[in-house]
Amino acid sequence: MLKKISIAGLCILSIFSFILNAGTIKIGAIVASTGPASFIGDPELKTLKLYVKKINDNGGVNGDKIKLIAYDTGANPRKAVSFVKRLISQDRVVAIIGPSTTGETMAIIPFVQRAKIPLLSMGGGIPIIKPVKKWVFKIVATDTMACKKIMAHMKKKGISKIGMISGSGGFGKSMRKQCKDVAGEYGIKILADETYGKKDADMTSQLIKIKNTKGIQAVLNPGFGQGPAIVTKNYRQLNIPYPLYESHGVASKKYIEIAGKAAEGVIVVAPPVVVADKLSDDNPIKKVCVAYTKEYKNAYHTDIASFGGHAYDSLYAIVDAVKKEHSTDPKKIRDGLESLKNFVGIDGVVNMSPKDHLGLDTKTGLVLLKVKNGNWSVIEE
Amino acid sequence: MNEFFQLLLSGVTVGFIYALVGMGFTVIYNSSGIINFAQGEFVMAGGMSAVFLLKWGIPFWLAFLLAIIITAFLGVVLYKLIDISKEHSVISMIILTLGYSIALRGLAEVVFDKELHTLPSFVKDGTFSIYGATLTYQALLVMITSVIIVISLYLFFNKTKTGKAMLALSDNKDSAKLMGVDINKILMLNFIISAVIAGVGGLLLAPITSTNYEIGIMLGLKGFSAAVIGGLSKPFGAVVGGLLLGILESLVAGYISSEYKDAVAFVALLGILFFMPGGIFSNLKAKRV
Repeated sequence: MLKKISIAGLCILSIFSFILNAGTIKIGAIVASTGPASFIGDPELKTLKLYVKKINDNGGVNGDKIKLIAYDTGANPRKAVSFVKRLISQDRVVAIIGPSTTGETMAIIPFVQRAKIPLLSMGGGIPIIKPVKKWVFKIVATDTMACKKIMAHMKKKGISKIGMISGSGGFGKSMRKQCKDVAGEYGIKILADETYGKKDADMTSQLIKIKNTKGIQAVLNPGFGQGPAIVTKNYRQLNIPYPLYESHGVASKKYIEIAGKAAEGVIVVAPPVVVADKLSDDNPIKKVCVAYTKEYKNAYHTDIASFGGHAYDSLYAIVDAVKKEHSTDPKKIRDGLESLKNFVGIDGVVNMSPKDHLGLDTKTGLVLLKVKNGNWSVIEE
Repeated sequence: MNEFFQLLLSGVTVGFIYALVGMGFTVIYNSSGIINFAQGEFVMAGGMSAVFLLKWGIPFWLAFLLAIIITAFLGVVLYKLIDISKEHSVISMIILTLGYSIALRGLAEVVFDKELHTLPSFVKDGTFSIYGATLTYQALLVMITSVIIVISLYLFFNKTKTGKAMLALSDNKDSAKLMGVDINKILMLNFIISAVIAGVGGLLLAPITSTNYEIGIMLGLKGFSAAVIGGLSKPFGAVVGGLLLGILESLVAGYISSEYKDAVAFVALLGILFFMPGGIFSNLKAKRV
């Protein structure tokens, strides 16, 4: 008897919840809004919340409201795995945004592939989309693109011998490898290859070694956090005469603030949103970037971090796919994502295809900046 | 030769940074036998509260003074927590400091933010050179301050009544008590001194390393290593330990490879713990003083 009642109850409940859920699009988010990657995850989560609200206030997507179910991993891949399982089997989301880092993304890919739920990762690494996985996408410039952008500029300036000093954290390690891999394509030789720990308070020892290496014409520093700022200060302290290139890991005003005068003249590769109002007017992404910068600042009273743009693009790509396919079926959303064409996002203009689940190019996806009078100035190409 | 001198100078700079943090460990250990794992967080609290007090429009010197008072207050809170759990073993008190450090980090994350910050330099911004090697003025200030703190601590412990009472307390708690030493007051004073040193450190280091809510982990770890090498009980030992560590790291990074820098420092630390468990000054004086 009890069994029958509970079965009946379950049936009623499930019908009830079905009715309740009609008219909502459940999107899952796995972000590292606390912990060591919180500077990435925090702006991502804030962006998602801000724009889900905005979309719902404006009537939702095809009349349906979006329901965002977000979990915080603290950048822990194990937590990412348990949350992805929960999103798939309990929350029954139709698409997942995140995780914030490459490591976490790689850990959850098998689960979304098996469950057949589209995933829009916000990690920077190449392995996420290479080789192409049916259900996995990302709209985030890769480290290789950043390396290529920098090295193309070096080549143009006639620089062929460089020194590298890289952070030994995940970001610095990955970019160091990618840069070493593509250096050959631009005829660039890496004569010195130094590293520093993210706990280090002083990098002069490594920089002296680079300074005393014969033939070096420029120095490249992949890394983020306080490391690159200390490198920049030490670089000026030692009066090293060569140009200094920094990665997109420092592409925020914070870097200029912390490195102070030492940052003058440093060349930084950055996502375009960092300099939204300085982009040329014919740049298709200018309008989105400017609007995003303004809306984010109004809502949270802080400057944007470029990472938030990944969340914006991922959310709107899903919205775009739902609108286009007139369906909230995960499979349809996946098809919609794969056929995304001329999608204007914050990270660039996206053109996906069955062979390319990244869809960004170096041209619109990244800009080169130079620090001038304590502010960014765009280097024209 | 020039290169060697610059590497040495870099090592000394870093060494004094470690020393400045390490000294705080020795003061608390000296009187209570507790290793205070929240020491790095005190440094963070000093730097971060100064950053935010300045942001909220409080004048330069007042902000720095308040930051030190805040840090001292955190020291008092830790003392009170330990006082409550006095019946427990030293180990559980050390774990208590660990918990306190996590709490402080979380608190800083909520009260302040997760961003990196820096403080304006106390002295002229820039560098000067000696024998072809360059040094920043701020680094020089760190060195001078560390030396002043070591000397003041020495004078305090050896020349004043309160200081001697502290030493007496560390030597034999019960007889010190019988001699009329107010244990609670003295212990609390120790925590305050240690926190104030950390607060000053936080203010001085922020322009060099920059600061955020978790900078205490890095500074605390290196400072602790410096204190351990120096035998944990002497502020002077922490300075020597910090310098050894800093110079070793710098020379390894400069001559061998920056990849091995931390490994070599770690092996050195292990070696010292193996062969000289009481630190490099253990054969000079066996007991903790």
